[in-house]
Amino acid sequence: MQIAIRIVLMLLLAVAAAAGARADDLRAGIDGLGKGNFAQVAKGVQQLARSGDLRLVPVFEALGDGALYARKSDGTVFIASEKGSGLALTDALTGAAAGDAPKAGFERIRVNNNLRRAVRTAIGALSLMSPDRAARLQAAKAVFAAPADDSLELVETALASETDAEIRSALEDAKAAALLKSDRSIAEKQGAIERIAARGDRDAMSILSSFRAGADGDLRLGIDRAIGDLQARQAWWDMGQNVWYGVSLGSVLLLAAIGLAITFGVMGIINMAHGEMVMIGAYTTYVVQDVIRASFPQWFDWSLALALPAAFLVAGFAGFLLERGVIRFLYGRPLETLLATWGVSLILQQAIRSIFGPSNREVGNPTWMSGGFDFGGLTLTYNRLWIVVFSLAVFVTLLVLLKHSRFGLQMRAVTQNRRMASSMGIRTPWVDALTFALGSGIAGMAGVALSQIDNVSPNLGQSYIIDSFMVVVFGGVGNLWGTLVGAFSLGIVNKLLEPYAGAVLGKILVLVLIILFIQRRPRGLFALKGRAVEA
Amino acid sequence: MISASIRRSSHRNIVLFAGAIMAVAILVLALNLLVPAQSAFHVPTYAVSLFGKYLTYALLALALDLVWGFCGILSLGHAAFFGLGGYAMGMYLVRQIGSRGVYGNPLLPDFMVFLNWQEMPWYWYGFDHFWFAALMVLLVPGTLAFVFGWLAFRSRVTGVYLSIITQAMTYALLLSFFRNEMGFGGNNGLTDFKELLGFNLQAQGTRLGLFVASALALSLALLVSSLLVRSKFGKVLVGIRDAESRTRFLGYRPENYKLLMFTVSAMMAGVAGALYVPQVGIINPGEFAPANSIEVVIWTAVGGRGTLIGPVLGAVLVNLGKSVFTAEFPEFWLFALGGLFVATTLFLPKGIVGTLRDKMTPRKKAEPAAERPKPAVADAEPLAAE
Repeated sequence: MQIAIRIVLMLLLAVAAAAGARADDLRAGIDGLGKGNFAQVAKGVQQLARSGDLRLVPVFEALGDGALYARKSDGTVFIASEKGSGLALTDALTGAAAGDAPKAGFERIRVNNNLRRAVRTAIGALSLMSPDRAARLQAAKAVFAAPADDSLELVETALASETDAEIRSALEDAKAAALLKSDRSIAEKQGAIERIAARGDRDAMSILSSFRAGADGDLRLGIDRAIGDLQARQAWWDMGQNVWYGVSLGSVLLLAAIGLAITFGVMGIINMAHGEMVMIGAYTTYVVQDVIRASFPQWFDWSLALALPAAFLVAGFAGFLLERGVIRFLYGRPLETLLATWGVSLILQQAIRSIFGPSNREVGNPTWMSGGFDFGGLTLTYNRLWIVVFSLAVFVTLLVLLKHSRFGLQMRAVTQNRRMASSMGIRTPWVDALTFALGSGIAGMAGVALSQIDNVSPNLGQSYIIDSFMVVVFGGVGNLWGTLVGAFSLGIVNKLLEPYAGAVLGKILVLVLIILFIQRRPRGLFALKGRAVEA
Repeated sequence: MISASIRRSSHRNIVLFAGAIMAVAILVLALNLLVPAQSAFHVPTYAVSLFGKYLTYALLALALDLVWGFCGILSLGHAAFFGLGGYAMGMYLVRQIGSRGVYGNPLLPDFMVFLNWQEMPWYWYGFDHFWFAALMVLLVPGTLAFVFGWLAFRSRVTGVYLSIITQAMTYALLLSFFRNEMGFGGNNGLTDFKELLGFNLQAQGTRLGLFVASALALSLALLVSSLLVRSKFGKVLVGIRDAESRTRFLGYRPENYKLLMFTVSAMMAGVAGALYVPQVGIINPGEFAPANSIEVVIWTAVGGRGTLIGPVLGAVLVNLGKSVFTAEFPEFWLFALGGLFVATTLFLPKGIVGTLRDKMTPRKKAEPAAERPKPAVADAEPLAAE
């Protein structure tokens, strides 16, 4: 690596030395920018850029920013900034200060959009020689995306001196794109088409499409074929992207529904206030972040780690109170439970609205959850990725808890046969209360995750409650796997339908499908069997 | 138990109650027309329309009571049938606007002109005739209920599952009606109505007429419902509510009974919606919101389900409370409504009418146990414990 840098530096020095010999040409060229109309100036910029001299970058930048002035007396061009009523001059080529002067003796070189574009292209081309690796890479990509008429020579010059493999590859792509724009032979262009098509991404497609209009004969056929291949490949990637969106939606549904599945599965309780537990979790996140922002801003990245247990406890406690205060008086009357919990949900919503106000609250993303990356033709964002991971982690934890802990054992016993479990000495009321608290606590943690991708408002829970019910009803109660399969299949089906039917119609279709599905399997995909469930 | 529950809500009481509704309606009319506007007893016309709205709500609650109170189907989507009836009426009213719309198009309603539609979608044909719209008020909710019920009851979807898919139904309708492409005015719904059967909707006479029509419809529905639940058909329904399997083993087909009741109830809800729309002057997709349907359930529960009189009282009382609360302390309405849900289910499971009736009838030995329809779990559990 160091050797590579050294070589690049040496080459740059060589280029600089060569350029030095031509300094007079450059000076003349720069001064030439002060004369003529927009088109002529643009042409001058192009010619200057061909020299590949890095000293031109600040000149072009100044031109683009409207900070390039020509002296009226002799036409010399300076970079200048306003200083009081006059101008602070800088020598355009050397960058040395050249004293102050009154404005009257200078004329600003005006720019229009065409000229600005030419300047940008020229800066991009010059960046191909930049000592900064990232700048070179970006410049190569920029040329690929929008090659100018004269990019080919520049790219070839840059290729000759480039040693970094990744940049070389980007330059080769840029060269292929520039080739198509040039007047080289058909054979060379065919090669370029293949090179571009091999990238297989959306950029390749747009480049090829843009050249298709100007091409004819064999070349056009070649481009058509390449575009056809690309489209087929793109269709798969699009499908993959939609599946990913579906997985992402599914993980959100899983988080929202899993607590519901527990309370519904174990106690047969329809908790309409479940969505409000999610909301409470989201508001807990807001409060935790608020405290951290105010007192320990350096810990902000850890705010979610603190918010998770806090949300679990707050929502869990709310659930515990709800069970002890209301629901336990209504066992065996599921429809009444549904109404009472709906009432509780209204009260909680209004309470939150009264405390925090009706508008959305700002919950920040920690740095490790912002941004995203490309994977093949897929775009993945970190927050969605973490939520998928988190939902699966919650699922596995819960599964282990149910299968391998004493509490889980008691819970399953109560689910299967309440009376028998009670006869064996299990305190079923406590199991009920703790199960309900657990389900609500998980809803609270779901709220922490949802606060990262959704608006934190008093209506947050409402928007998820129907979807969560659909998941539970579809997956079947009393079995966590049903919830997992239900959540992900609903998420994916929803997102796969979206491109064809639109977001709203897709959702309607899913609802209708579920209604029809319930006819076939009234107790969901993974139904509990046996007499106990024939309630 | 069945005979007891029927004896307590005798047909005579229902007839008296229906008569009372009409008497109150006539009294309100008299107070509006005969008492001078300065008098403290004068009922302004806007209040009459407000009462008219309550009466349509009462009709909706009555419709829900027929399926919930008498057949054990807790529908969380009854406002959907109400909304569909309302839309059918709204479409007729929109057609009556004619060329008096903002865009002055003689054929197309404003929102279609706005969306640049060239012609009317086929499902709008016929709605310029009142008889057709009136038919649709019954047929559209009835058909939806029939298809939905046929699918659900045939495969024995019951209890909370049924409640949740009825909720999914109204939610799906909510989403569809929000779409402009559906051709029902999208987000804004249908509004700006001018006249009904040639009567100006803003005129005092029309509004009083609509109020009387609502009272009449409610009284009529009460009588029909009373006859229905007292017939053999109604007795089988109550049997299904309390012990579906047992009724099936006795040779009845519960799904057919439920389906018929569900369809009749949906039509009743549709009529309520059709009377509601001209009185409030707008119908929009918000009517399909799941929360609305659940609110209907609480009216019924507060009044007393399975009593016919209860839902009517419940709907009027809760909505009166809502009007007062939202005007005086808007912040607290949701607290009050939520508290009402909790308090009713915890302390007043039989509703106002049911509780009062218990107090008034002489106590019998078997009564407390037989009072509430037993949760089905109680039937199943001995089996499970075998």
